[in-house]
Amino acid sequence: MTDGAKTIIGIRSVTKRFNGNVLAVDDVSLDIKSGEFFALLGPSGCGKTTLLRMIAGFEVPSDGSVEIDGQVVDDVPPNKRPVNMVFQSYAVFPHMTVADNVAYGLKMDGVSSSEAKGRVEEALGLVQLPGYGERMPDQLSGGQRQRVALARALVKRPKVLLLDEPLSALDAKLREAMQLELRNLQAKVGITFVMVTHDQDEALSMADRVAVMESGRVRQLAAPRDLYEFPNCRFVADFIGKMNLFEGVVKSSAGSEISVGIDGIGDVRLPFDGSAQGKIGIAIRPEKAMVTADKPSDEDCLSLEGQVTQVAYYGNESHVFVKTASGLDFSVTTQNNERSVVAATNPGDRRWVSWRRKDTLVLAE
Amino acid sequence: MDPWHKFRRIFYSVGIPPTIWLIAFFLVPLGLIWIFSFGEKVGVVGIDITWTLDNYVRSFNPDILTIFAKSLWLAAVATFICLVIGLPVALGIVYAPNKWKGLLLLGIMLPFWTNLLIRTYALIAVLRTRGYVNFTLEWLDGAARWFLELFGMGGIALAILGERFQALELLYNDNAVILGLVYVHLPFMVLPLYAALERLDRSYLEASLDLGAGHLRTLWNVVVPLALPGIISGLIITFIPALGSFLTPDLLGGPDSAMIATIIERQFKSANDWPFGSALSFLLMYITFGALAIRALMARRRGGDGMGG
Repeated sequence: MTDGAKTIIGIRSVTKRFNGNVLAVDDVSLDIKSGEFFALLGPSGCGKTTLLRMIAGFEVPSDGSVEIDGQVVDDVPPNKRPVNMVFQSYAVFPHMTVADNVAYGLKMDGVSSSEAKGRVEEALGLVQLPGYGERMPDQLSGGQRQRVALARALVKRPKVLLLDEPLSALDAKLREAMQLELRNLQAKVGITFVMVTHDQDEALSMADRVAVMESGRVRQLAAPRDLYEFPNCRFVADFIGKMNLFEGVVKSSAGSEISVGIDGIGDVRLPFDGSAQGKIGIAIRPEKAMVTADKPSDEDCLSLEGQVTQVAYYGNESHVFVKTASGLDFSVTTQNNERSVVAATNPGDRRWVSWRRKDTLVLAE
Repeated sequence: MDPWHKFRRIFYSVGIPPTIWLIAFFLVPLGLIWIFSFGEKVGVVGIDITWTLDNYVRSFNPDILTIFAKSLWLAAVATFICLVIGLPVALGIVYAPNKWKGLLLLGIMLPFWTNLLIRTYALIAVLRTRGYVNFTLEWLDGAARWFLELFGMGGIALAILGERFQALELLYNDNAVILGLVYVHLPFMVLPLYAALERLDRSYLEASLDLGAGHLRTLWNVVVPLALPGIISGLIITFIPALGSFLTPDLLGGPDSAMIATIIERQFKSANDWPFGSALSFLLMYITFGALAIRALMARRRGGDGMGG
């Protein structure tokens, strides 16, 4: 994905109301670039699936319009749109063989049966199901059915492949393998993928760009790294990964610094580029903070003293929960990269929690 | 589930009354008719059970066979028309907004709660020469004549529409019987179709549309094959009562549109030949069993997934 790539899907101020008043998508505008892996991420009911279905043509926007490859498609029925979808339930036709399933779209397009045969074989090879053509869907595992659904959509060489929660029905191990495989497949075929998911790991690990949605609106659109390191609001900060969130008030801002009064921490100066005033959110990722026995002497660090309330051990890492003297609950993720550190922190211990000023996020929204 | 013998008393008290009812009012009369079918008529009311096969042999005369064939034909045509009408109706109800579904289904069910005789007479009132269809046609005819004459084309009106309006003979023929059978049996078709379509995962239809199929091809390639168990159920449970109807052909049919049930009824009443009527009844029942056997066979071929209704 490059910034210069052309827009393949343009969402133009799209609003969708159901039954006249339930607002599912609220004035969303997006540019999805040709060749990118795009994810729509959000909790259930945030409007991401509705948005996907409007691209596919199963829902019509109440306001605004959808463009595919520069053309407004609001009056184009789903069967005439150059996009194909992989359904959450896969929707592999149970009364047809795998080959007939994959050939279905080609048959509808009037592709000759000899050409279709070759393309079906090719598509089944692409999803690593060569020679499965004669099987019936009920002879396949869930993962295999999903590959059939993928092949069935990709064989039509759509401009955009839409994926509705593609991995949600798979078990955890298979899901992880499919994440990589889908990513590789997308790179191989070069088709734009638009994926809907509620799973942030999926979105972060697979997509080039992620749009985080909440209550029908896009709260942030960014590359996974930026989304995680620079969330633009409390919702995204909290939704993506884990976060220590505190409330603060802006005292003054000058240049690239801001002076903030944080509840339970006190007045601190933080590096900040934007403009903010009044009440703000202060956020620190658990893995960006440290737990130490003594107060760090580093000037760039902010420190709080507190008592360890709980240590949750996960093997590779531990989550240490500290209640500070001022009453804040702080969670710190520590890597267990030495055997000896495991037992170094126990509930009841008095510890210092510290983090670097530059790792502190200031959230205006 | 607990084994039934743990609750022997409950089992018997719940199970025995319907069993007695079934035996006394279904199996015993049926057995009597079966026995009658091997009997001979003696005098006005007497029947001698001589275990003769004569009644069955008599059934295989050309007249009766023609009527059997005609009944099968009329019932089959009516069933097919029910399917053609019922499928879109069932689809329409399945895809109707939720708040309308109950009302639409009620509309389908409502005729069930109206007496068959009343419904049939209502149909007569609509179809007869001085009925509502002909009134409407006459009015249209008059309007057309007036309109054409207004533009000085009275000659054309005369040429196309004739001297004066001729009422259509819509009643007392096979078409009237088919119409009546369709009208009476449509709910039998719509309900199993609705049940089958309602269970159909909509993503199959969306996948078909998404892959480039139009609505008609989706209907034919996806909906019909997936709803096939329901369609077969609908066909069978429409065909069986249609084949056995006697009121509809009696009231709406002409002299040559008698169906087999009409003949059976005649044997028990005006002809007073119970043994022959009994034999015909059982032949009709064997045909029905045949239809059910075909359904079971098709269900088995589809991997035991045939209980569509």
